[in-house]
Amino acid sequence: MPAAQHHDALTPRLIGAPVWHDRMLHEAGIPVHDVPLVSVGGGLGSFTLLDVLRICGVPASAMRVLSNSDTPWQTWEYLTRVSQLPPGERIRSDAGARPDNIWGFPSYAVHEAWRDRSPKLLWQVLVEPVFADFFSPRASTVFATVKREADRIAYGDMLIKGQVRMVRRRDGGGYFTLLTPPPGTSPAKRVAIRSQYVHLAVGYPGLKFLEDLQCFRETYNDYHRVVNAYEPHEHVYEFLKTRPGTVVVRGAGIVASRVLQRLMDDRARYGLQTRIVHLFRTYVTGPHGRGPLMRRKGGDGWAYQAFTFPKSAFGGQLKAQFDRADGLRRAELYKTVGGTTTPKLRRWQEQMRQGREGNWYHPLQAVVHKVEPAPDGRLVSFVSHGDGSPGHHVSDFIIDCTGLEADMPEHRVLADLLEHGGARRNGAGRLTVEKSFEVSGTASGNGALYASGAATAGNHFPAVDSFLGMQTAALDIAADLARRGFCAELGPARSISQWFRWATGRPPA
Amino acid sequence: MIPTLAGRLQTRIFLLATVGVVLTALVVPVLPGGSGSLAETYLTAYLILLAAAVAGLGWELLYHLLMQFRWDKDWPTLFGLVTIVPEGLLMWTLLERGLIPGIDGPVPFSTFATMFAVVWTGQWLFANGPMRVLSVQWRLRGGRLF
Repeated sequence: MPAAQHHDALTPRLIGAPVWHDRMLHEAGIPVHDVPLVSVGGGLGSFTLLDVLRICGVPASAMRVLSNSDTPWQTWEYLTRVSQLPPGERIRSDAGARPDNIWGFPSYAVHEAWRDRSPKLLWQVLVEPVFADFFSPRASTVFATVKREADRIAYGDMLIKGQVRMVRRRDGGGYFTLLTPPPGTSPAKRVAIRSQYVHLAVGYPGLKFLEDLQCFRETYNDYHRVVNAYEPHEHVYEFLKTRPGTVVVRGAGIVASRVLQRLMDDRARYGLQTRIVHLFRTYVTGPHGRGPLMRRKGGDGWAYQAFTFPKSAFGGQLKAQFDRADGLRRAELYKTVGGTTTPKLRRWQEQMRQGREGNWYHPLQAVVHKVEPAPDGRLVSFVSHGDGSPGHHVSDFIIDCTGLEADMPEHRVLADLLEHGGARRNGAGRLTVEKSFEVSGTASGNGALYASGAATAGNHFPAVDSFLGMQTAALDIAADLARRGFCAELGPARSISQWFRWATGRPPA
Repeated sequence: MIPTLAGRLQTRIFLLATVGVVLTALVVPVLPGGSGSLAETYLTAYLILLAAAVAGLGWELLYHLLMQFRWDKDWPTLFGLVTIVPEGLLMWTLLERGLIPGIDGPVPFSTFATMFAVVWTGQWLFANGPMRVLSVQWRLRGGRLF
């Protein structure tokens, strides 16, 4: 082996070249491994695609997942747990959206009803959403069923641990995916995977912070009193158990609802005196929308919606409308049905009603200008209220529930793809993809590069960042790969036979 | 369910032509109240099924219109079950008045009600479960099969 092969260095020549030749990697000393398809990410997006492809007859040996995570549910479990959704709580997802079961049959409602011997759950799913809240599975149900399916499709055999640095097109077709294996696990510092197909499902690049809160944290180096709901903040709830306190909650989505529920549950359970000031930048006072045919429920500050999009965006009328629309019309549709929402659950409504009546929950419309420390170490939020009047709110903590970082180029692999891979951003700032979820502009000879999940929002299909959305993407990618001869089509015969294999726990074939 | 109009119509026809036809074949020999020959009962049953399919297309147009007033543009599972009442009543009225072509004699209510309920329930159960296995894409494209 030539001496050059021991450098395994990412040379300036490699960094600067949008297309890599096999020889360039050889000269840089980076070992190359071949596999027909790699999925970068290793979360539920990767899992879903590999699950569908295994069902479409692709052997585990033909695919690899490149990831830092040991399991496909690891990141999701972490984010749900810290954002106050412990395993026993119900998530915001439909009964038929099962990441472990592309058919959605039997639904999670039937699964849980059978497991828990609970006809009540069957009744709920029968009468939802008219006479009961939508059924939603427990987070623990999702973990357990995905684990079973991961074992069935030999997910562990397909996993390669490591940090993906970049994906570059290969001279002659296909791609190189550059991976840094965990220290001590590989003789080489970097390895390259040469594949005909690449799939990116990298999730969100990080947490999003409101500007004034980020400014406060950096100025005063205080990461204790101002927290993001997606980072561990158990100390807030522990503090409030020791003495009465005030919490400012910012945000109007599902995470704000869950944080409120935790604060209110603790208040009731431990007899606490917690005061909650809930600041809405946009305060929704009632039903809103274009007219009687497009009216969303709302009130008490919130816009109400069962799921992240109106239900038909996941596979019905709205999905079809988005699919057909041109750029302008699509942007208009996004404006109409998008925005921050939360489900109108009976339990939450009752808690908030008690809070308002007891004068310890204060929902307010306010724009925050700045946050400063008070002399006693607490926090002062300086605001303009809905009527324009200035004001300030003193609190022990501020919990920022405004979400995850949506600026995709913050992610290193996506940034590289935009700079060197031919990818481009759509109007929403995410990756432009074709209807097959192939990333536009990234084709390389006979190879194709696909993406799914949050990075592909703002295209022809709105609900990408959901279980059903990832399955939709996976099925569309699989159909494209079947057309290219990589896997079998999932017609009725294969679907039925594979469902029986799923039901009886036998590996796909 | 989250049907599109095309999905509604296709699903209605498909389910009647498959589940409806099979269940009718199975239930006719044990229908109560029949006095004619088995062949006559089969003929009557399939004519009712055909009439229900034709009327059903009209019903779907109405349901689609009503669905437009729902923000989610969905059609809850329960609606799919309870719409047996108006559809059954319409079909019974047409039968009573002799407005279903090909059916001359009177049909006992118990015969009609049993057949209609069995076929309806069977289709509803099939649409809420096994249909998803038959076509993975069916539920992801608003109930369209083509």
